[in-house]
Amino acid sequence: MAGKTILMVDDDVDFLEATALRLRADGFDVLTAEGQVKGEEVLSAGTPFDLAVLDLMMENPDSGFVLGHHVRRKRPGTPVLLVTGVTGETGLEFDAATAEERRWVPADAVLPKPIRYDQLKAEIDRLLG
Amino acid sequence: MDSLRVLVVDDEPGIRMAVERALRAFVVKVPDFGKEFGLAIEQAASGEDALETIRKAPPDILLLDYKMPGISGLDLMDRLNTDGVDVVTIVITAYASLETAVAATKRGAFDFLAKPFAPDELKSVMFKAAKHIVVQREAKRLAEERKHVRFELLSVVAHEMKAPTAAIENYLRMMQDRVLGEDVTAYDHPIARAIIRLEGMRKLVNDLLDITRIESGRKTRTVVDLDVREVATACIVNARELGLARNITIDLTAGAPVPMKADRGEIELILNNLLSNAVKYNRDAGRVDVGVQAGDGAVVLTIADTGIGMAPADCARLFGEFVRIKNDKTRLIEGSGLGLSIVQRLAHLYGGEATVASTPDVGTTFTVTLPIGA
Repeated sequence: MAGKTILMVDDDVDFLEATALRLRADGFDVLTAEGQVKGEEVLSAGTPFDLAVLDLMMENPDSGFVLGHHVRRKRPGTPVLLVTGVTGETGLEFDAATAEERRWVPADAVLPKPIRYDQLKAEIDRLLG
Repeated sequence: MDSLRVLVVDDEPGIRMAVERALRAFVVKVPDFGKEFGLAIEQAASGEDALETIRKAPPDILLLDYKMPGISGLDLMDRLNTDGVDVVTIVITAYASLETAVAATKRGAFDFLAKPFAPDELKSVMFKAAKHIVVQREAKRLAEERKHVRFELLSVVAHEMKAPTAAIENYLRMMQDRVLGEDVTAYDHPIARAIIRLEGMRKLVNDLLDITRIESGRKTRTVVDLDVREVATACIVNARELGLARNITIDLTAGAPVPMKADRGEIELILNNLLSNAVKYNRDAGRVDVGVQAGDGAVVLTIADTGIGMAPADCARLFGEFVRIKNDKTRLIEGSGLGLSIVQRLAHLYGGEATVASTPDVGTTFTVTLPIGA
């Protein structure tokens, strides 16, 4: 996996920083963006990356969703991981486990937040493998 | 217009007819709650008939003859109580004895009507019953609403706790796995950030407790004669400590003592929240000017900073719960999003108001007006 670049977008500066540190320690290159707007900037700049990890709720409740679509459009074929703290009781539960779901959810996997680094790393390895 | 269902239970057809005639076109007005009801009258000639009707669909009001052959009025009330049927019962009786009254009251009778009765007496009893029903429904609605609000608050709080706990856990696991090597100084920054997030959570917990105390009304308020200038002076001493590291100066403008009847803790809470904001959202080497003035039947507190300021759209929503203005300038500033909501609730407690005026990159001024003697 070493040498692969990961784009991480999250509005929690600490989550972003700690996760980026660990990914770098594991040999990844990491682009970080604090929030949807910064994420869009990275996309517009055209900086290449091999996988995107997007938080769902940032400036807007569906920020990660919108960003995911933009990643799909601008960098087709790039795996997207959507990380969300949204739970069942809000009625906003969705997954990307089936092909049918992946037709409208712009992600290759949806992971619950808070997520442990080893879980996140395992998903990244799977999607890049 | 809503209607209330009234079931008249009497073995004398004459009474049933009289009630029906008197109430058919009667409109019960409960102006206190802005409600009006028509009455839908149904009849039952015996306790047995009544029981059947009630079991199918319980009426709102039961006009019940005390003495009937077969199932008597008291028997019927017993059965309804056993079945858990909730109905406002008015007992009609020809024997206005104490014994009757006690027996019926024990079974939950709402009121009595002595035979023979005039239409006006009947209407007055119906009015009382209708009002009782409105009040009961209103209380139930409020209880539901409170439950809903509490649930909303709980889920927001749970959500607010999730982000910092995840951040702290991440930092700790990173240290546990020695991601940055064995040298502990390599972890200075993660440790500092974890502490900042923990402080944020502690503030959130304290703010929640403050809000709960204000909302529940259970906080014992000790309203005494105090000098707001003196309270402000004490609060400023504490706030100066907060500003020290960033070289922020805090000055008080108040010529004379400003007397007011108030709870000292509440005034301190207002000032401390506003002072801590004025320091947090200030620029380095900035200034905070505090004003305490008495005038026009109110004490006016002003806290003006030379900080980052904010846009008008942000000012408008600032006093809401869990509102935090997120932008580049605020990204590293911790806050529960409850401080200003607390300030506004306290201001309202005094019949006053907290307002804000702000210019981006120039500063923000909060003004709290507290009417004297409210």
